[in-house]
Amino acid sequence: MRWLERFRMSLMVLFCRQAATARLNDELEFHLEEQIAENIAHGLSPDEARSAALRAFGNPTLVRDQTISNWSWNWLEKLARDVRYGARTLTRSPGFALIAILVIALGIGATTSLFTIVRAVLLNPLPFRDPEKLVMVYEHFRGSTSGDGFNVVSPADFRDWREKTHGFQDVAAWRRYGFDLTGEHAEVPEVVQAAGGSWNLFSVLGTQPAFGRTFAPEEDMQGGRHVVLLTWSLFQRRFGGDASVLGTQIRLDSTPYVIIGVLPRWFTYPDTHVQLWVPYASTFSPREFDAHDDHQSLVIARLKPGVSAAAATNQVGALQYQIHLANATKPVAEEARYRPMLEDVVQDVKRPLIVLLCAVACMLLIACLNVSNLLVARGAARRKEVAVRSALGGGRLTLIREQMTESLLICFAGGTIGVLLSLLATHWLASQWQDLPRAEAIHVDALVFVFAFGLVFLTALLAGLIPAISSTGKGVFAALQESSRSIGGSTSRAILRKALLTVEIALTVTLLVSAGLLFKTFLRLRTADLGCAMDHVLTMKYGLPEKQYDTREKVIAFHDSVRERVGRLPGVRAAGLVSTPPGGGYEGDDVFTIPERPSSSFQLQYDALYRTVDPSYFTVMQIPLLRGRFFTDQERLTRDHYIVISKKFADQFFSGDNPVGKHISVAWTGKSEPYEITGVVGDTLWSVTEPTKATMYFPILSGIPDQTSWATIVVRTTGDPLALSIPIQQQIAALDPALPVYDILTIQQILGKTTASQSFSATLVLAFAVVSLLLAAIGLYGVLSYLVTQRIRELGIRIALGAQRSQVLQLVLLDGLRPVFIGLLIGLAGGAVAGALIRSILYGTSPLDPVVFAAMVGCLLLTTAASCALPAIRAARMDPMLALRNE
Amino acid sequence: MGKPSDLVQGTLDLLILKTISLEPKHGWAIAKRIQQISNDVLQVQQGSLYPALHRLEQQGWIRARWNETETGRQAKFYSLTAAGRAQLEREEESWNRLSTAINLIVEGV
Repeated sequence: MRWLERFRMSLMVLFCRQAATARLNDELEFHLEEQIAENIAHGLSPDEARSAALRAFGNPTLVRDQTISNWSWNWLEKLARDVRYGARTLTRSPGFALIAILVIALGIGATTSLFTIVRAVLLNPLPFRDPEKLVMVYEHFRGSTSGDGFNVVSPADFRDWREKTHGFQDVAAWRRYGFDLTGEHAEVPEVVQAAGGSWNLFSVLGTQPAFGRTFAPEEDMQGGRHVVLLTWSLFQRRFGGDASVLGTQIRLDSTPYVIIGVLPRWFTYPDTHVQLWVPYASTFSPREFDAHDDHQSLVIARLKPGVSAAAATNQVGALQYQIHLANATKPVAEEARYRPMLEDVVQDVKRPLIVLLCAVACMLLIACLNVSNLLVARGAARRKEVAVRSALGGGRLTLIREQMTESLLICFAGGTIGVLLSLLATHWLASQWQDLPRAEAIHVDALVFVFAFGLVFLTALLAGLIPAISSTGKGVFAALQESSRSIGGSTSRAILRKALLTVEIALTVTLLVSAGLLFKTFLRLRTADLGCAMDHVLTMKYGLPEKQYDTREKVIAFHDSVRERVGRLPGVRAAGLVSTPPGGGYEGDDVFTIPERPSSSFQLQYDALYRTVDPSYFTVMQIPLLRGRFFTDQERLTRDHYIVISKKFADQFFSGDNPVGKHISVAWTGKSEPYEITGVVGDTLWSVTEPTKATMYFPILSGIPDQTSWATIVVRTTGDPLALSIPIQQQIAALDPALPVYDILTIQQILGKTTASQSFSATLVLAFAVVSLLLAAIGLYGVLSYLVTQRIRELGIRIALGAQRSQVLQLVLLDGLRPVFIGLLIGLAGGAVAGALIRSILYGTSPLDPVVFAAMVGCLLLTTAASCALPAIRAARMDPMLALRNE
Repeated sequence: MGKPSDLVQGTLDLLILKTISLEPKHGWAIAKRIQQISNDVLQVQQGSLYPALHRLEQQGWIRARWNETETGRQAKFYSLTAAGRAQLEREEESWNRLSTAINLIVEGV
């Protein structure tokens, strides 16, 4: 019961504090009256009685205050007083307060947003059952130097792993796939990204469907029933969220599939582009399904209790080595490797995200230092006040607390605005980032608020403590002794401000250099030469369903009609066909041998990218012919054993010999056959961020169903390429109304898509750097103006005694630029370290790129010189008489 | 007669609790009562009395009510709570132990 009583009392003094104080006054008054009454009873006159009573009572105000000090919530009252005081000082200089609050708001807002994203993407566990027990298992080729050593898995390898090793609780696989999706009744066709998942995939992940069921084992076999699982977004978008679609059919590439289930809303693995899932086995031909050398699948394994991932992977690796030995002539990996699934999902964005977080933290720190610097300056202006208050008995802690309250107020106001900004900006930021994994999981929750709150206190502490400590303490009475005529002012304070400024400049330079490197990377990527025509080129994809287009003649007939009809359109200069345009992705590679060079060096089997093209493709894309000739229109149907190779291919495998007329043996159609090289063409990039790779071009006019049944139309136009997209689509619809076209992009748009995330992070870091530079400039201007004001009398005397204006200018400038130079040196070292740390996300630039470093140093020097110039010129122009009279 | 003795450190709480254990009293009466019972040896200053009363109230040992005095004026009357009564017993016990011990030393040596 006692706690109830205490609770009641503490509530009373919290909420009825004024009433309680009034009652206390009554109580004391009553005591006094009783004393007076007693004194009168003892025979004193009323006046004497009153003064005697007061004498005995002591100081009523003191008694009251002492009594109140026993109430709870006194700290709150103190805080309220400090806040009132702090707010009053702040409103006295609203400009300062506004700048400081905005600076902090920006810093805290940006940091909170990035923290929200980083937490949701990198730190939160995946939304599966016991996600920490999930690992991804990959093949690993010994001696492979390209890539990260994690190679995708072939279906036969996966099936062997699952059947013959028992280290994991279970192993599942999936691969990407694509379909033309239509309904039963000629609904609008669309191209959907899909995935093939093994029947146990969803149980390995621990995912239950929202409706229906997942795949059964007998459905995940060659020739199994055609069934499909819809993702939530497709279910809502195309089927209106109507659960009665379960059991009905849709057509994928013209083949009917029965809808057996719908995945839950939160299930967006591997990304939001995948719209539907079909059984793993159904995405392979029988030959592919039994292949150990056809790599495309991702393998997810769930750990068995008590068995480590390394031990289980070792079992898989031992088995893989046996498979390798049994397939010695084919590219089959020797080992297996694993990594945690979360790491696998976020590996591409981890480093850029951390770089952004560091940049934003850097900016926040600079903002902190700037506010700190401004507070030091204000502390200087209030030295006399602080000294007087100390002399009158103001405790140092009280004074520090008061100044801290001021910085706390700034940071709190800034933090509140910042969090509001961040609420608005987080989702915008996440949506600007293309293909950010787990972007849908980003949300602001209690922990984010706790983080932001902690950040507010941390910044307040950082920004407030140094000035507060420096402006109180022992030296403070010196201000009282300082004669108004003393020269030079307090030097220690100037040193403190210069030190803060040096750190600020160093951080700014580091940030500037990192931003410069990232921006150069982005520029390099945007201006990268793909090796072909890049302007006025439109690309557009289509894929012919094998069901209708089942012979070479039908495929060729369609391709030929497209070439002919599109080529005749007004505004089209030339049109060609290719499986994947430059910059458009990897497509695939194949191993080959060269019959004319059966040297031992070919035992390892080399691989090269493959593409299918029509005879006019190279001319349309202005890819230069270096040797031999392009394909001709006669090299079609079964007269298709001709091949064009890229320059890189010729250099790498023919080392200077003329390859034209020689042969390449490659299993393009299933079994290894020789293809005659007709020509060598210039190199193109398959991805703008990757080095070029040896490429072989097969004739698309062979018309082999599946191998050549999908194509990208490339069109070089006279005017705006996108204006032609509708006319071209109309031509294709006229040929086959059920055939959807997709990925309608210009080459520039393809480039933009692949460089979007680089552009995003480069722009953000650059923005942070520019803000930091501005802050540093403001800080420098503040410090220098302060120094000039401090030395005004000294400078006045110098001028009066005959110092040249230029000398004064030099004096002031040097004073201001010294911390800049020291900061610059430290910052350059910091920039070199930062460059080394972000080396892996740089492209086309060394981490120590001299141009970037020089540009950033120049940028900083210009800005600082500009912010120094004003106070320096003011100092040089001053009238010595005015300065000396100025009291 | 010299100055009234200072209250032994920490015994004011005990004195207050004991004084109001029989009936509710206001501050003035508590001070008077302590003075009378101790034959004017103990005098409680207002500067100690009221902070102590409010501290005890905040801690939940005593409870206050505004009531009329015999003279018809409103005054704040303090009384023990159940927890305060238990606290009084504890304080008495510890005081007894302490004073016995001090007596033993003062008389024994």
